[in-house]
Amino acid sequence: MNVLAEITNLTKIYDKNKMALDHMNLTIPRGKIIGLLGPNGSGKTTLIKLMNGLLEATEGEVLINGCRPGPETKSVISYLPERTYFQNNMKVSELISFFCDFYKDFRPERARQMLANLNINEDAKLKTLSKGTKEKVQLIMVMSREAQLYVLDEPIAGVDPAARDYILRTIITNYNENATVLLSTHLISDIEKVLDEVIFIRSGRVILQDTVENIREYRGKSVDAYFREVFAC
Amino acid sequence: MAWNLNSDRPIYAQILEVIQLRIISGRYRPGEKIPSVRDLAAEAGVNPNTMQKALSELERNGLVETQRTSGRMVTEDMEMIQETRSKLAREQVSEFIDKMKELGFSKEEVVELLEKMGGEDA
Repeated sequence: MNVLAEITNLTKIYDKNKMALDHMNLTIPRGKIIGLLGPNGSGKTTLIKLMNGLLEATEGEVLINGCRPGPETKSVISYLPERTYFQNNMKVSELISFFCDFYKDFRPERARQMLANLNINEDAKLKTLSKGTKEKVQLIMVMSREAQLYVLDEPIAGVDPAARDYILRTIITNYNENATVLLSTHLISDIEKVLDEVIFIRSGRVILQDTVENIREYRGKSVDAYFREVFAC
Repeated sequence: MAWNLNSDRPIYAQILEVIQLRIISGRYRPGEKIPSVRDLAAEAGVNPNTMQKALSELERNGLVETQRTSGRMVTEDMEMIQETRSKLAREQVSEFIDKMKELGFSKEEVVELLEKMGGEDA
């Protein structure tokens, strides 16, 4: 298997008693669209932040292309955080030049095309956009890079179902065959058809990593139904 | 023949059925080129690898052929298309008969009902 990221024994303790990741082991292959699924507080965002070098691990390590998170890995990972971080008084067009400056793999023409498809005006200031539109803009920026790994933290939660479909189609058509998309979500039924694999995490540990088709074939249910069964409260 | 992939069964199997139906119904004609994996995946809203798997399976059973230079096309073997059509029809009928049995219908009653309703439609 062609490995893109290797996570070994990864542990993150926030307070003395709050263990967000508990000696997690995980291998992320190239060329897949992978769903990172787990209930609230299971460690999804902590894992994502550790992969992006935004947190320091208490123990264990993350290797992306064999490197620890740092400038090299940031140049190959396109990250969509949970919250938007853009300056509200920026225009969409300024954001595009901002991304051009920051990332040499950014493709402005691709971003402009997607903005046009979603009828988002480039001259609009971000603060004039609705919450959902802002999320779309941010996702467009992230998907317009030619990265090796796209890490999307809850990419579709705030957008309407029609835009959700567009975004999923964008993910399918835009990512290249050697790149991997890792996305966390609660909206499993909307997204499972575009996934190759799913990772279920609970209490900071991986409890399942399998293909969507295997789950359907051998458990006789959709990933959504299986998730509800595994994580039943 | 929209992509109604709402069942809990494996997705590639559902995709395969849609494409099969498109071939049998003539939406994809014999010898016609089939859209690329990526285009079909985007149209259906599914993972490209899943679409690839469905097409490979169709290739394996002969309904779809690969041309080295021009991608995939529908077979020109009309007999095979007809065979697939009859096979699917038999599956539908046997599913229907099972359901009618559950409703307590005898074979004679089913035939009688079919004739009566067929007459109404005509």
